[in-house]
Amino acid sequence: MREAATLARSERNMATTPTRRDPVLAKNPSAASPSTMSVVAPAVGWLIPGAGHLIQKRWIRGLLLMTSIVLMFVLGLLMDGRIYRPNGGDILDILGFIGDLGAGGMYIVSRAMDLGHTIVPHTTADYGTKYLIVAGLLNFISVADAYHIAIGKKS
Amino acid sequence: MVLSHFNAALLFSVFASVVFGITVRDTSREQIRYGLYCFAMFMGGLIVAGWVMWALRH
Repeated sequence: MREAATLARSERNMATTPTRRDPVLAKNPSAASPSTMSVVAPAVGWLIPGAGHLIQKRWIRGLLLMTSIVLMFVLGLLMDGRIYRPNGGDILDILGFIGDLGAGGMYIVSRAMDLGHTIVPHTTADYGTKYLIVAGLLNFISVADAYHIAIGKKS
Repeated sequence: MVLSHFNAALLFSVFASVVFGITVRDTSREQIRYGLYCFAMFMGGLIVAGWVMWALRH
């Protein structure tokens, strides 16, 4: 008897959950199917910086993010920056690889086309290496932002 | 491509400030303000660090 009452109460709570979410959905139309968008937006945003915002119709933000991150990565390559590989050796190399990996599609393309250097050829090229890593890290932040928009946490 | 230290830091500040501004704040006005704040902090820190290094050397 007591179990039946508990079950009925939990069912009632489940029934009220969507109504509590309604204001969020009304505020953010793109959160209409949060489960799909919360997966697609970060994935697309990781592959192409800013695209996670663009597919959610945040045009200006998406374009600004795309411009900033892509330009930073390209400048890093032009400055002869080092592209880290997943060799699993030195801890700093692993961290560098994680940073580079954040650039997503650009990292994959640069590896496929054998762009960048494996060693730093001159002193100022170290700036290029840092540009490449930070471009990846900024893209991680951009991906997290796209996810927050998808779940309706941010407008 | 070889950039000077200052130009490299300047470009770095611009790109990072744009991303921070957009991702940290919600409204457009707040995003612009926070982006400018970050840029000012980057550049201020750069100039202060430059003078500190100059003082240490002399």
